[in-house]
Amino acid sequence: MTSSSPPKPARESELPKPVEETTDDLIDKLQSRKVVPLRHPWRWAASLVVVVLLAQAAHALTTNDAFQWDAFGYWFTRPVVVEGLLLTLQLTGLSAVFGLLGGILLALMRLSRNPVLQSVAWAYIWLFRSIPLIVLLLFLANITALYATLSLGIPFGPSFVEFSANDLLSFYMVAVLGLSLNEAAYAAEIVRSGIISVDQSQLEAASALGLPKGRQYRRIILPQATRAIIPAYANQLIGLLKGTSVVYITSLLELFGVVQSQASINSGQIIPLLMVGTIWYIVLTSLLSVVQYYLERYFSRGALRTVPPTPFQRLRSRLRTTGVAR
Amino acid sequence: MTVAVKVRGAVKTYGTNRVLDEVDFTAQAGQVTAIIGPSGSGKSTLLRAINHLEPLDSGYVTVRGELIGVRLHKGRLRELSERAILRQRSRIGFVFQSLNLFPHLSVVENIIEAPVVTQRVPKQQAIKQAKELLAKVGLADKFDAYPRQLSGGQQQRVAIARALALEPELILFDEPTSALDPELVGEVLTVIRDLAAAGTTMIVVTHEIGFAREVADHVVFIDAGRIVEQGPPSQVLVAPEHDRTREFLGKLV
Ligand SMILES: Nc1ncnc2c1ncn2[C@@H]1O[C@H](COP(=O)(O)OP(=O)(O)O)[C@@H](O)[C@H]1O
Ligand SMILES: [Mg+2]
Repeated sequence: MTSSSPPKPARESELPKPVEETTDDLIDKLQSRKVVPLRHPWRWAASLVVVVLLAQAAHALTTNDAFQWDAFGYWFTRPVVVEGLLLTLQLTGLSAVFGLLGGILLALMRLSRNPVLQSVAWAYIWLFRSIPLIVLLLFLANITALYATLSLGIPFGPSFVEFSANDLLSFYMVAVLGLSLNEAAYAAEIVRSGIISVDQSQLEAASALGLPKGRQYRRIILPQATRAIIPAYANQLIGLLKGTSVVYITSLLELFGVVQSQASINSGQIIPLLMVGTIWYIVLTSLLSVVQYYLERYFSRGALRTVPPTPFQRLRSRLRTTGVAR
Repeated sequence: MTVAVKVRGAVKTYGTNRVLDEVDFTAQAGQVTAIIGPSGSGKSTLLRAINHLEPLDSGYVTVRGELIGVRLHKGRLRELSERAILRQRSRIGFVFQSLNLFPHLSVVENIIEAPVVTQRVPKQQAIKQAKELLAKVGLADKFDAYPRQLSGGQQQRVAIARALALEPELILFDEPTSALDPELVGEVLTVIRDLAAAGTTMIVVTHEIGFAREVADHVVFIDAGRIVEQGPPSQVLVAPEHDRTREFLGKLV
């Protein structure tokens, strides 16, 4: 009758304990313990190799007398160098602002539904991306050969004011104008790529809410586009910063112009002077990179579920936790 | 009963594809109109034509007697200026199938944007109103969150609050639960049900037949750009006259 039912175990303690249970017991005991992070021996090895190579490079730089580090120290903060540096900053700043404004305008023209605006913007970008910056600058510097006077007035009609092209376009203005014209063409494509990277449904939602067209772009599209624009535009800006060195051909003495001219006056100083220029460009580029980092963080609001901490915040929190552990 | 929405002779073609083919239909104020039909039958196009997101080739739409997107001029319908169309849209709420809150704006910024900009509601007042709306959709605590920090159902409820903030005369829903995980559908339908109980005029494109039967006052079945059958849910959804309707409902259950 009961032959089919399994035999009843005699006593509980005689049963072998299932494996899971022991693991569970163990985990119960360990519940409050911290997990030991995975060790990364290869990461350490790779870091060591890199550090050794860096040390070698530093050694080579500091021990080679040809670099003339004392001359470098002399030139680095010379007033003439600082003046050139300031000029470089001015040229970069002004062309960046004008270039970006022009770029936004051109990008919106290319994206507009007006075929005339579209074509004009397209042609502008095509033209100014085709002309080498150095050629453009030389054209502008010699503009008197093309137009002796520039006038302000009704197009094709009477003019109210006339300027001699030579008076109006100082070399400084030639440089700003050339750099801005060139910059606008590249900035336009960067801005446009940012705008088209924003999902079409965002515009649709904005227009379903009845937001005015300008507001749709300013408040909804551009802030989201900016996230995609910043890395590309930072690249462009760094290119511009160094690109200003081209204006020395209009005999304008910005950072590189100063280096160049001082090297021709002071024989044997070319290496330390070039190092002065290089280090200043590196300093400026580094500052731009820091600004880029924080701008990217700011515009990633909402795009990431949680914004990762900055290197400083990470360092501080690490110091704090080790402090607590002790 | 007052007429909220009137669509007459609506025709829309994409190339040779006649997406809306002489569609006539009327939605009453204070009622819920459900639009059902197979995928690609033109439901979204019809809904989008109502607030002129999709201009019609011919035919017209009125909301509370006012022509939408066009005006009558010398016996012809002429398209309104963009500005005038945008102004009309701010009277009509629209909730999309895709989750499209503005991701870079917090929940409250999403909600107050349109009232502050288009209706010049003072910011403090708009924020107060946004808080009330969020409480209404059960998200009072999500005030400061960004959309990507919310679940799909929560995002869609914020989208409803955003549409409500304009105090629209009419709200259009285009499959508001189709992009959601099944367990999140209920919370969104509950909000819509509450709005229906409060007498909000709504047109809802939906595949949730049970919901339509319970909440809708009027059901429109559309197939291949034509209205096949319409009437109260007890008729269209329970005892349909047309084979096409029966076939469609049979496939859903
Ligand atoms: N912008 C468009 N261009 C071309 N065809 C479209 C466009 N929008 C919709 N359609 C077509 O119109 C038809 C109806 O679309 P839709 O109204 O979205 O259908 P439903 O919402 O009922 O699924 C479909 O065949 C679709 O492919
Ligand atoms: Mg659809």
